[in-house]
Amino acid sequence: MSPDLLKLIFGRLGIESLPLHEPIVVGTFVVVALGGIALLGGLTYFRLWGYLWREWFTTVDHKRIGIMYMILGIVMLLRGFADALMMRGQQVLAFGGSEGYLNAHHYDQVFTAHGVIMIFFVAMPLVTGLMNYVVPLQIGARDVSFPFLNNFSFWMTVGGAVLVMASLFIGEFARTGWLAYPPLSNIGYSPDVGVDYYIWALQVAGVGTTLSGINLICTIVKLRCPGMTMMRMPVFTWTSLCTNVLIVASFPVLTVVLALLSLDRYVGTNFFTNDFGGSPMMYVNLIWIWGHPEVYILVLPAFGIFSEVTSTFSGKRLFGYTSMVYATVVITILSYLVWLHHFFTMGSGASVNSFFGITSMIISIPTGAKMFNWLFTMYRGRIRYELPMMWTIAFMLTFVIGGMTGVLLAVPPADFVLHNSLFLIAHFHNVIIGGVVFGAFAGISYWFPKAFGYKLDPFWGKLSFWFWVSGFYLAFMPLYVLGLMGVTRRLRVFDDPSLQIWFIIAAIGAVLVLLGIMCMLMQFAVSFLKREQLKDVTGDPWDARTLEWATSSPPPDYNFAFTPVVHDNDAWWDMKKRGYQRPLTGFKPIHMPSSTGTGIILAGLATAMGFGLIWYIWWLAALSFIGLLAVGIGHTFNYHRDFDIPAEDVIRTEDARTKLLAGAK
Amino acid sequence: MSRLKILALLPLAVALSGCNYVVLAPAGDIAAQQRDLVIISTVLMLLIVVPVMALTVMFAWRYRQSNTAARYEPEWDHSTKLELVIWSVPLLIIVCLGALTWMATHLLDPYRSLGRIASDRPVDQATAPLEVDVVALDWKWLFIYPDYGIATVNELAAPVDRPIAFRITSSTVMNSFYIPALAGQVYAMPGMETKLHAVVNHAGTYRGISANYSGAGFSGMHFNFQGLDDKGFDAWIASVKSAGGSLGRAEYLQLEKPSQNEPVRHYGTVDSDLYRLILNMCVETGKMCTSEMMAIDAKGGLGHEGLNNTLPLAYDKYARRGTALGGEPTFVAGTCTPDAPQGQTTASIKAPTDTAPLLGAGLKRPTFTPLKSSSFFLGQRPKSDS
Repeated sequence: MSPDLLKLIFGRLGIESLPLHEPIVVGTFVVVALGGIALLGGLTYFRLWGYLWREWFTTVDHKRIGIMYMILGIVMLLRGFADALMMRGQQVLAFGGSEGYLNAHHYDQVFTAHGVIMIFFVAMPLVTGLMNYVVPLQIGARDVSFPFLNNFSFWMTVGGAVLVMASLFIGEFARTGWLAYPPLSNIGYSPDVGVDYYIWALQVAGVGTTLSGINLICTIVKLRCPGMTMMRMPVFTWTSLCTNVLIVASFPVLTVVLALLSLDRYVGTNFFTNDFGGSPMMYVNLIWIWGHPEVYILVLPAFGIFSEVTSTFSGKRLFGYTSMVYATVVITILSYLVWLHHFFTMGSGASVNSFFGITSMIISIPTGAKMFNWLFTMYRGRIRYELPMMWTIAFMLTFVIGGMTGVLLAVPPADFVLHNSLFLIAHFHNVIIGGVVFGAFAGISYWFPKAFGYKLDPFWGKLSFWFWVSGFYLAFMPLYVLGLMGVTRRLRVFDDPSLQIWFIIAAIGAVLVLLGIMCMLMQFAVSFLKREQLKDVTGDPWDARTLEWATSSPPPDYNFAFTPVVHDNDAWWDMKKRGYQRPLTGFKPIHMPSSTGTGIILAGLATAMGFGLIWYIWWLAALSFIGLLAVGIGHTFNYHRDFDIPAEDVIRTEDARTKLLAGAK
Repeated sequence: MSRLKILALLPLAVALSGCNYVVLAPAGDIAAQQRDLVIISTVLMLLIVVPVMALTVMFAWRYRQSNTAARYEPEWDHSTKLELVIWSVPLLIIVCLGALTWMATHLLDPYRSLGRIASDRPVDQATAPLEVDVVALDWKWLFIYPDYGIATVNELAAPVDRPIAFRITSSTVMNSFYIPALAGQVYAMPGMETKLHAVVNHAGTYRGISANYSGAGFSGMHFNFQGLDDKGFDAWIASVKSAGGSLGRAEYLQLEKPSQNEPVRHYGTVDSDLYRLILNMCVETGKMCTSEMMAIDAKGGLGHEGLNNTLPLAYDKYARRGTALGGEPTFVAGTCTPDAPQGQTTASIKAPTDTAPLLGAGLKRPTFTPLKSSSFFLGQRPKSDS
């Protein structure tokens, strides 16, 4: 075939785009491919495809979508963590003239992919998954406001993740650092497909995130059950509301800035080039106008989880509910006024730097107030040290260190000596692992019994906890030290042998974290096998306080047979105290949304379009785009959007639960 | 939990006892002040962080379920007094830290010329600062000494106790110019100039790095910074001069090409206009300098005719930029103006000559122009003499 025809069909994609000459990548590919074939074979053998498609892929049930988000987050955690291990390994080896085992081409992709995956495809899915699962239950709703949109959002996030994973085996990923600052990410300095993978993965996933933000805001504002005023919402719902407000207000900025960058790369505009009036500084500003709120998007729901966990396991009302809510709102607003602290060193004047430094510090006041509120919730409580509470204590001790180093970095002249150093790396891992990841784990172990009807195995959970916590300290405290030695981030080789010991300690820490992750996977497996012993039939295994514990575990499709009525902000606690009796008769048919495959089809087309754009396969991009429009319009003619669960089904489900509850007593 | 705390404090203890913690033990006054700020801020924050951690451990232990002796008040969820304390204590600390930040940020503004070379020694107004033009290249550092007409690659030297005024730019992508022992970092950006003022107080050889990732050769992009006494510095200048070699536009375009782990290079003479050309991205002959472009634009631009003032980009570093859909790359052709230096970036920020601290009773009264002066009402700022 002529080269022109090949170019028309395959764009930039050629046989040389496949990393066949890279033994590590080929090995990884073989393992992944074998695993994938085994998985697909297993699914086919056990005839699970129909089940998966009907019950999971096309579902609009917020609970199942939430669970799928969590699975996505955990799977991507394995990939992101593999990148982390590779970096730690490289930095341990690359001393004394050694080049280590990764060349710059690979190492630079690894650290970029690590950052992108951990933020967009681990932390975001974990947080979104928990919000999706818990918020409608906490506010006594049947589902989210727009159930189809929810399914679509999830699959768009998956589409982004698929593109990132594809870059491992087809072509390459960006070598720019996780925020892809131009001019480095411009076509002149990154002519390969890496940055295009970055752009389209984030654009596809970003659509999902923005839509899911709109969906959850609407859900929280409109679907609360009677009696649940704003100031009676559980704190997790409050933090979710604030997070989604942040998402809706900040993700469009990311979308736009990436769109401008792609215009620079594809059609030769000059928004962020060095000449023709372009300014890379504009990109840095815009990306952080999204990037800083993003930090709070991740951590606010974690704060909410800790609030629920602390009051539940202390057996006590949350101390200072009102100030907790105001603190959350203040953090939400302030998070827009601090973005410049990510680049004090870019040459802004002293007054500008001081302004942003001081606003950044001010955020520590509401955050500190939250910390005290958790403390005084524990005060005069009866603390049960179940796994969620252990994560909470570990968070409180860890997060204050990260918060302190964060305020330190907000002092501009101090930032001049610590910016871009490993001190900074230690700081943000300290708050993201200590805050977001510990929060997500607390949330998983707290709500797992709600989602599956049995608790997680405590032995493997505690083992995982101790590996994670000790591993975190060993992995990141040395980085604080290295930062004070003036060692910067993203270095591939070192010539000062005295640094090596600290990297060895950090690598040991990373191995401990690996053990923590393995124990966690083991915990899921063991809990599944021991599910009869760990079973909870009450639906309220922790003697908890909020509405989600009022229904069965796992909750029925319709969540609540009757919409609950709320009189207190610890609604379920209040109901229990006042001797609430579950209604046993008078069930009516329940109106529910129908499943649809449109979401996964649209996301698949969007992913294909992204792939076409990345490789300049224009026909694919064009066809997928037309397909997107056609399917989108076609879906508006779908009139089978809802159905009624017949009263008999509701009666059968509720009677079964009545029997179970009677059996438990 | 106590194990956690010990682990957390361990690195701190090591850090304070160690010796190669350059950020904590720098050789220049600016970095030393920044170090002081790091320590003061940390101590200020420890005032609240330590009690919080102690209370966490204490409450976690005391109110455990098995301790039935502890009070249990499940309904207690509010105390106005306590709320006042938990909001006001962090607030007070942030007020202190904020004031400190405001002052320190202005005092240590990298654009501000130095007022002192050490805590007890003001700058001698007679000695001019040593000027160094810094260019971040792919992946090496070029230093031009305009006063001496020399240039070096990956080696920087400065006399002890003489203020240094850096002007910093980059040829292609963003880097960050950072000598931890000397002063905090400032970004180096193409087509733009940033500034840094610093002084080295102790002779010695220190490491300089790029602190912002800039591509494949980033790890090797470091240099030695030598603090020399006056005699040693003169000898160093002489040795660079005698090394011969000259750096003109053609040589620069060669040097600029990406290369990794470059050895030290000396140029005895350097094109005196080179830094300005690099900054304005017009080292290649025939290309219009951005300063000219901005000067034309400031006067209203060339209108539609100006659009034709471009030539196909055939010889630039990245001849075909690889865009998929857009037109052929072009550049703005230089008009026949003499390369007049235009578009100076920013006015310099001068340190006050009197460096005595502004302390209560000793505060110098600023002299205001009397209110009746007409200039005040015309909106001009009253001038003070300090």
